[in-house]
Amino acid sequence: MTAATALLENIWFGLIGVILALYVVLDGFTLGVGMLSLFSPTEERRAILMGTLGSVWDANETWLVLLGGALFGAFPVAYALLLHALYLPVIFMLFGMILRASSFEFREHANNKRFWNIAFAGSSLLIAVSQGLALGSVLGGIPSRNGHFTGSVWIWWAPFPAIVALGVTAGYALLGATYLILRTEGIIQTTARRAAFWLALLTLFVAAVVTVWTPIIYPHVAHKWFTTPSLYFIAPLPFLALCAFGILLHALHREREILPFTATVVIFLTSFSGLAISLYPALVPPSLTLQAAASSPLTLVFMLAGIGLLLPIMLVYNGYQYLVFRGKVRSGSYSH
Amino acid sequence: MSALVLSRLQFALTAMFHILWPVLTIGLSLFLVLNESLWLRTRDPDYYRHARFWAKLFILNFGIGVASGVPLEFEFGTNWAPFARAMGNFFGNILGFEGAMAFMLEAGFLGIMLFGWRRVAPKIHLFATVMVALGASFSAFWIMVANSWMQSPAGGIMRGGRFIVTSYTQAIFNPYTLWSVGHMWFACLETSLLVIGALSAYYIYRGQARSFFLKSLKLVILAGLVVAPLQIFLGDGSGRVVFHYQPAKGAALEGHWHTNPRGQGASWALVAWPSQQAQKNLWAIKIPDLLSLLATHRITGRVIGLKSIPRRNQPPLLPLIFYAFRLMVLIGFYVFGLMLWSLWLWWRKALHPDQVDRHRLWLKAWIAALPLGYVAVECGWIVREVGRQPWIVNGILRTSAGVSHLAPGTVTFSLLGYLLLYGVLFVTFGVFFRRIIHQGPDLGLIPPPLHPAHPIDTTASGTPPHPLDEP
Ligand code: HDD
Ligand code: HEM
Ligand code: HEM
Repeated sequence: MTAATALLENIWFGLIGVILALYVVLDGFTLGVGMLSLFSPTEERRAILMGTLGSVWDANETWLVLLGGALFGAFPVAYALLLHALYLPVIFMLFGMILRASSFEFREHANNKRFWNIAFAGSSLLIAVSQGLALGSVLGGIPSRNGHFTGSVWIWWAPFPAIVALGVTAGYALLGATYLILRTEGIIQTTARRAAFWLALLTLFVAAVVTVWTPIIYPHVAHKWFTTPSLYFIAPLPFLALCAFGILLHALHREREILPFTATVVIFLTSFSGLAISLYPALVPPSLTLQAAASSPLTLVFMLAGIGLLLPIMLVYNGYQYLVFRGKVRSGSYSH
Repeated sequence: MSALVLSRLQFALTAMFHILWPVLTIGLSLFLVLNESLWLRTRDPDYYRHARFWAKLFILNFGIGVASGVPLEFEFGTNWAPFARAMGNFFGNILGFEGAMAFMLEAGFLGIMLFGWRRVAPKIHLFATVMVALGASFSAFWIMVANSWMQSPAGGIMRGGRFIVTSYTQAIFNPYTLWSVGHMWFACLETSLLVIGALSAYYIYRGQARSFFLKSLKLVILAGLVVAPLQIFLGDGSGRVVFHYQPAKGAALEGHWHTNPRGQGASWALVAWPSQQAQKNLWAIKIPDLLSLLATHRITGRVIGLKSIPRRNQPPLLPLIFYAFRLMVLIGFYVFGLMLWSLWLWWRKALHPDQVDRHRLWLKAWIAALPLGYVAVECGWIVREVGRQPWIVNGILRTSAGVSHLAPGTVTFSLLGYLLLYGVLFVTFGVFFRRIIHQGPDLGLIPPPLHPAHPIDTTASGTPPHPLDEP
């Protein structure tokens, strides 16, 4: 393998990481608002929550579609292995996505909105939990030989994935709550602020459990964490994350509007980088490496030209859409 | 049932459900562009109202398209993992392009198109609509590239059980690409024209907003006069590449068993009952030489028959393929006929608010055409995908070698889940579709100012009024 090939594979590892991070943050807050909408006491307030999502939920979800395509093209072996191994959580997630997208549309038209409200909130929860289960299973390791899955499709049915799922769900809800602080005012904002406080504590607690538990049961991670040079990359991350937590709690207390969301995003990004570094150079732990999973160099170059170069442009027009719709949402009549 | 059969059923169900929605997204988004441009050009507020009215249908339809598309994106990995691993180099790459160039573009401007009427200037709004339409059509392009490549894989070699691309030009522009992209895209246009035309005819029939809907019906007829004949031409071309590159599929869709000897034309079966078991047609009504003419455009052109193909390489479900093909072709000609009829009435000056409802039969023929595009699309895909069997990538990888090793119970679970969810979606869509149609267009809707005195405020001090927009 030449150095150029290795470089290409690493660039794609990075790009996939960027797309995944964008998805997790953007759809994370969408899912979070979805879950929190379950607790809206009135239809009016719920409509405002939906109003904060109307212009962006589709774009946010599309990052997952892009992730799927990019992973499929750049690391087809990983795409095949992961989806095969995680068949059930993935199917649950997809069922959730079908329900979420359709209930979002249907509740607009429905006279009796109750059913679609529950479907929307419930499917958001289902998606968050399934993604957490999938993440937990991946951290635990996906057994494979030559890239073929050799385990059982029930690997996600275990305590460790369950606790990770709790963490992911709490984290998404936290993102949602802090996003609502940003986009709403009055009673909704106050409620969101209170929710954010408790969710932050829950997230912190689960994150601590996972951090302690992971190296104990997974030697490949322990090895990574406590040896140089990866130690140098990993060590600052928990520190950064803790700082961000401190800032978040402080900002909630001081009733700041933007800072809670920013701090939460920082928490997500640091945890995310920690995970990525722990896994590298395995793409799917314990045994599938970047190199074994990657497409041929020609494909990687071609994709870099077609997707990598477009990524900044996508960010620009997605950002523009956010810009057009910025500001507080005051009432929810989202007439199409 | 085996996991293979179940996975095939699941793919058939999910893909056949998905394709119901993008056809309208693609066609309708272009129709929205047309109406918005006409409004900006002519200042006739009816075009603005048309844009707003059809956009309601668009968004309802779009949501389900996305909901059903996402599962497909991941199904190649969940149910067809060996296929994904072997073909990802090209196939996955193309799906990635679709995400980056089509879906992101569409989604990135959708919010502005739907809710941005009073937040951005009309020209920027039009730009957003154009981007949504462009994204939708790009999506058709890339997905058809991927699928065409499965029918006629080109541009690479198999190494170590994996397809490695050697020439992207050849792989992307494989022998099927242009015909298939064209035929599919026109199918989207034609289906949408039928939906718009049928609904317009329905309102006219009921005497509701006659002159308003004559505007859309006339636009539809003008476009249909171009689209319908071209679609027949593109279908004929698609057929010819099939006979050339997938002779087994070609023979299956025509119930053609015996390769015609040199110097003699192959006869075409109008109707027949092909039987895999008996390896012949149980009965048939035939027209001499016509098949050679259709398949090769020469009266004695050679057309390979199913008998010349080993049984293990013959497609299954021959009568299904045979009749699906005939139904599609029939619809193609019906639509062409309908357009000619409409032209004739137009010529006779019958498309006038006071005249038009005297032609009740013609209006009924339009209304009846509403589902026909969908039927043709489903039939076309059955021909294409069942006809490709037993290969998942024609001539390179068998479907049975491409399927994930899953317990039948696992796949049954997901299959039943899809069945249930899609059933609910379909019925609910029907209910809300009827409601939108029942409400009809808002003919009192006032368009936003074309040249706002103050540039529309999205900025600065006061946060703009939310939500978004209705006067
Ligand atoms: C409005 C829809 C519509 C209409 C009116 C027609 N078709 Fe079609 N046809 C499709 C919609 C479609 C499709 C759904 O778009 C397919 C499936 C895949 C594809 O590329 O196009 C297709 C596939 C398809 C195929 C299979 C290609 C393959 O297996 O690779 C053939 C041979 C034809 N068509 C031929 C025709 C002919 C001769 C028509 C003439 C009247 C016709 N079609 C009308
Ligand atoms: C959206 C319109 C489509 C419809 C209605 C459709 C229909 C079908 C059907 C009926 C089958 C089952 C065939 C059988 O097993 O006998 C199938 C299989 C399949 N199709 Fe399609 N298809 C569509 C588009 C596509 C596209 C665009 C691709 C590729 C990009 C694709 C890839 C596949 C694959 C991988 C299988 C499973 C393997 C197989 O059975 O050969 N399909 N499709
Ligand atoms: C079987 C292969 C297919 C796959 C894997 C697939 C994948 C997808 C995905 C992932 C989405 C959601 C995109 C988003 O989040 O915005 C989607 C929607 C869409 N697909 Fe498909 N698709 C397939 C077949 C087709 C075909 C054959 C066409 C075109 C003719 C098509 C056209 C579209 C369009 C225009 C959308 C936008 C949403 C909508 O129109 O409702 N797709 N598809």
